[in-house]
Amino acid sequence: MTKQFLFDGQPVEFEDGQTILEAARAAGHYIPHLCWHPDFPPHGSCKLCIVKAGGRHVSSCALPAREGMEVESNTPEMNAERRALLQMLFVEGNHFCPSCEKSGNCQLQALAYELEMATARFNHFFPDRPVDASHPDVLLDFNRCIFCELCVRASRDVDGKSVFALTDRGIHKHLVVNAESGRLGDTDFSVDDRAANICPVGVILRKRVGFALPIGSRKYDGAAISVVAMKEGE
Amino acid sequence: MDKPKLRVATTSLAGCFGCHMSLLDIDEHLFELVGRVAFDRSPLTDIKHCGPCDIGLIEGGVCNSENVHVLREFRRNCKTLVAVGACAITGGLPAQRNHLDLGACLQQVYRFRDDIEDAAVPDDPELPLLLDKVYPVHEVVRIDYFIPGCPPSGEAIWKFLGDLIAGRTPRLGHALLRFD
Ligand code: SF4
Ligand code: SF4
Ligand code: FES
Repeated sequence: MTKQFLFDGQPVEFEDGQTILEAARAAGHYIPHLCWHPDFPPHGSCKLCIVKAGGRHVSSCALPAREGMEVESNTPEMNAERRALLQMLFVEGNHFCPSCEKSGNCQLQALAYELEMATARFNHFFPDRPVDASHPDVLLDFNRCIFCELCVRASRDVDGKSVFALTDRGIHKHLVVNAESGRLGDTDFSVDDRAANICPVGVILRKRVGFALPIGSRKYDGAAISVVAMKEGE
Repeated sequence: MDKPKLRVATTSLAGCFGCHMSLLDIDEHLFELVGRVAFDRSPLTDIKHCGPCDIGLIEGGVCNSENVHVLREFRRNCKTLVAVGACAITGGLPAQRNHLDLGACLQQVYRFRDDIEDAAVPDDPELPLLLDKVYPVHEVVRIDYFIPGCPPSGEAIWKFLGDLIAGRTPRLGHALLRFD
């Protein structure tokens, strides 16, 4: 007999080893996420995928589903928590969307729309994070890094290059490039690397193609991320 | 009997007037708007100080001491205060100086130039003092609502004002909520 749990009151089937997020998606239910990617093991850092299971807050991308679990996801309470997490991400970096090449194609921005986040509410940090334009084909704008480690994982596990790493802890955490100079131009990073095409926000940007798509034709202009992500399997 | 008109004040702090242009961009809805509201202090009326109002619309962030005074005047006088546009909500373009040292910035712009003799940082006492950083308005006074966008579309502003004037909780919804 197949096993089931309740997702927002609806029965969802799962196989042993599947996480709550995977099983919910397989059944057609979207759960917001930023650091989770279907091609990589769960990372559990952004907490956007937070759900309430058995009265406790858990990361649905990391927690295996269990028989009879009662999971609350698309509720005012969970969405308020997700909105607060987004607001913290926005004030921690410098997210000036009007001048960002990723605008319209950015998962962080699209989730802010999805969760109707009209203000970052907290005080902005306005950190100083210089950009790195040393690579001929790729620009790094650290102002927008949300520390999801997708580039770190992709470069290490897929490209076999380990170009990126996160260093320091807490509020001092930041992304570094694995070169003595610290500059991307001094690595063997290529624009065709998986790591060059995985950043959910506007940090790792291909040069000379910015703003090519007009407003209206970009990824999340027409449909919400909850729709796009399920359709594209992201 | 006609309902009394709501009083609306608007101002541009450290903004480019783009949000005000968007307000004008509601086209024929402008007739409807002026049928239902009367403008108090606003670049549209040239009234210099804000009196008691129902709605205040703030464009732009807070970059100098005058912005702080105007914003506080609006907060004191407006029942509902609305931050309109990216600059009011995040500091926006002017806030791109926030990671730079203000003194160095001023020297670079006004002093180190060959095209002007005796170039110096302007220090006329009439000029408002610049703040160390450009602040989003909610970091200076309490704000009731936010309309993001750079600028928000006329449609978004009209949807919002329509809701507010009709006494509904304003809600942009997914299609009109945009940060760029
Ligand atoms: S990374 Fe996304 S949220 Fe940040 S500025 Fe760019 S578009 Fe906006
Ligand atoms: S650069 Fe992008 S992919 Fe890498 S950690 Fe930062 S946000 Fe994640
Ligand atoms: S998606 Fe689960 S913690 Fe980031």
